Amino acid sequence: MQKPKSGGTEFASTTAQTPGSAKPDPILVADKIMRQFGGLTAVKVDHVEIQRGSITALIGPNGAGKTTFFNLLTGYDTPNSGTWSFNGKDLNGIPPHKVARLGMVRTFQLTKALYRLTVIENMLLGAREQKGESVLLSVFPWIWRAQEEAIRIRATAILKNFKLIEKQNDFAAALSGGQRKLLEMARALMVEPEMVMLDEPMAGVNPALKQSLLEHIKELRNEGKTVLFVEHDMDMVHEISDWVIVMAQGEIIAEGTPASVMGNRQVIEAYLGSHHNTDLTSEGA
Amino acid sequence: MDILFIIQQTLSATLGVNAIIFALAAIGLNMHFGYTGLLNFGQAGFLAIGAYSVAVPVISFGVPLWIAFLIGIFNSILFALLLGIPTLRLRADYLAIVTIAAAEIVRQIARSATFNEWLGGSDGITGKFGKDFFDLNPFKAGINTPILRFNGNDLWVVLTGWTLVALITSIMWIMVNSPWGRVMRAIREDEDAVRSLGKNVYLYKMQSLIIGGVIGSMGGFVYALSRQSVQPDNYGTALTFFAYTVLILGGAARVFAPIVGAMIFWFLIVFIEQVLRAGVTSNLIPDWLIGVNQVGQIRFMLMGLGLMLLMIFRPQGIFGDKKELTLDAKA
Repeated sequence: MQKPKSGGTEFASTTAQTPGSAKPDPILVADKIMRQFGGLTAVKVDHVEIQRGSITALIGPNGAGKTTFFNLLTGYDTPNSGTWSFNGKDLNGIPPHKVARLGMVRTFQLTKALYRLTVIENMLLGAREQKGESVLLSVFPWIWRAQEEAIRIRATAILKNFKLIEKQNDFAAALSGGQRKLLEMARALMVEPEMVMLDEPMAGVNPALKQSLLEHIKELRNEGKTVLFVEHDMDMVHEISDWVIVMAQGEIIAEGTPASVMGNRQVIEAYLGSHHNTDLTSEGA
Repeated sequence: MDILFIIQQTLSATLGVNAIIFALAAIGLNMHFGYTGLLNFGQAGFLAIGAYSVAVPVISFGVPLWIAFLIGIFNSILFALLLGIPTLRLRADYLAIVTIAAAEIVRQIARSATFNEWLGGSDGITGKFGKDFFDLNPFKAGINTPILRFNGNDLWVVLTGWTLVALITSIMWIMVNSPWGRVMRAIREDEDAVRSLGKNVYLYKMQSLIIGGVIGSMGGFVYALSRQSVQPDNYGTALTFFAYTVLILGGAARVFAPIVGAMIFWFLIVFIEQVLRAGVTSNLIPDWLIGVNQVGQIRFMLMGLGLMLLMIFRPQGIFGDKKELTLDAKA
């Protein structure tokens, strides 16, 4: 957590802008990841590295396999083949809760706020290694009460930062869609992750909240954390990402700085189709 | 119509042995369903295992009753593991299917001719296996007042039973209000979110299944002891669904719900029956409308009607919070 800003953002200028390029200090490395659903190959990633301390965007048209790739990396799904490691630790066969304990915490495309828990309870749940979460120690409140208070102080501070403090005693279900996204991100921070994986953090968030979400993501990088996020909102990708990885039909087709990727012919074709310049009316019949 | 007699019968049932059995069964279900979201439709199986575990070792093998209690707890843990290991990794509905089947398997094994020698087949077991327990009773005379009446044995079961319920409820209260209870409620809301925060959901669900199952099997202890007999057909699916009725009557995920639910359940059943019976015998209810032999059936009809009205006008139960209930879990 206390890592310096180890040039997390400067690597972009010195790194090759090709799919699967090597990064100077990768936190996450994946090799030959393949996931098939019946006859459909959803993900087929040859090699990818995520630079430590950077904000990396994972973009691509619908059905490109971004969320599946996320699920594979975080243990929610198992690839047919492939290896991947986090901080040098092999993650093959590691269940999701252990991936989270290793310091890689994700959020979900369809927000998973815990609705019938209050906002503050959602937050407290995130903290690691709570004595009171053991079935045997739970019956002796004096053992865990001090730790609980310390966690509450940390949770309150994060909620203040995310401007959710007034809502702390409301059920999470009472929050708006955008506030739930904020809560989910704030809750992920309670785990004290090294790397945060955000699956469409901006989906359904109104413009005012969007700006504050952006600031929070930048803040994560400033604290030395690594962020990988899936996003459709190109303005957001442009504004905050240091590096962009583009997926289409399960494969990584381009990598590079936001500016270089947006101008990449392959990327434009993947999004708009290769015939996007031809006149549809003359092509028909 | 003897109003005092109706009051005596009703009050004795409200505080009686059956209310204790259903309270314990429902406390277990509250752990499973109310706090963790596990759909256990086989609670009767846990009660059966508890009941047979106190009767069989004492009668067939001469084991002391206190050891039999420990055997009962051990067996219910084993049963929970057996149910949980294959199903808790799967979606919630699989647990429902497996538990309802497993409880029936337990009952069918108990009543099968194969194990007749130990389990007594469909006749079950009758005998003085509770002797060690009733020997400790300081109130052998029982209690006989105009409004409350228990014989000596029942009074002892009632006193120790409610003490057990109070003890378990206090521990439950502490547990569900601890960080452990928070993880449980979170699992009820969304397992995957809890996994993403580094919690071993499978382990927690197993703990819930075991704890709720052991509490249920204690209901079985009371059931067996109070009657000094175990009948396999008392542990059918109806028992599970009555226990759910008790829980929902009180309000799921409320610590005191099973106690109050069980009391109201037995209050209503006995009160309706006694009023009908008194009405029929004193000819206040004409014979062409309800005959003496129909009272038993009619009381369940009225009970069902009452529960329907409750679900319509107070779906959250006695203690529940309507606001909480209307929060769609997948909004």
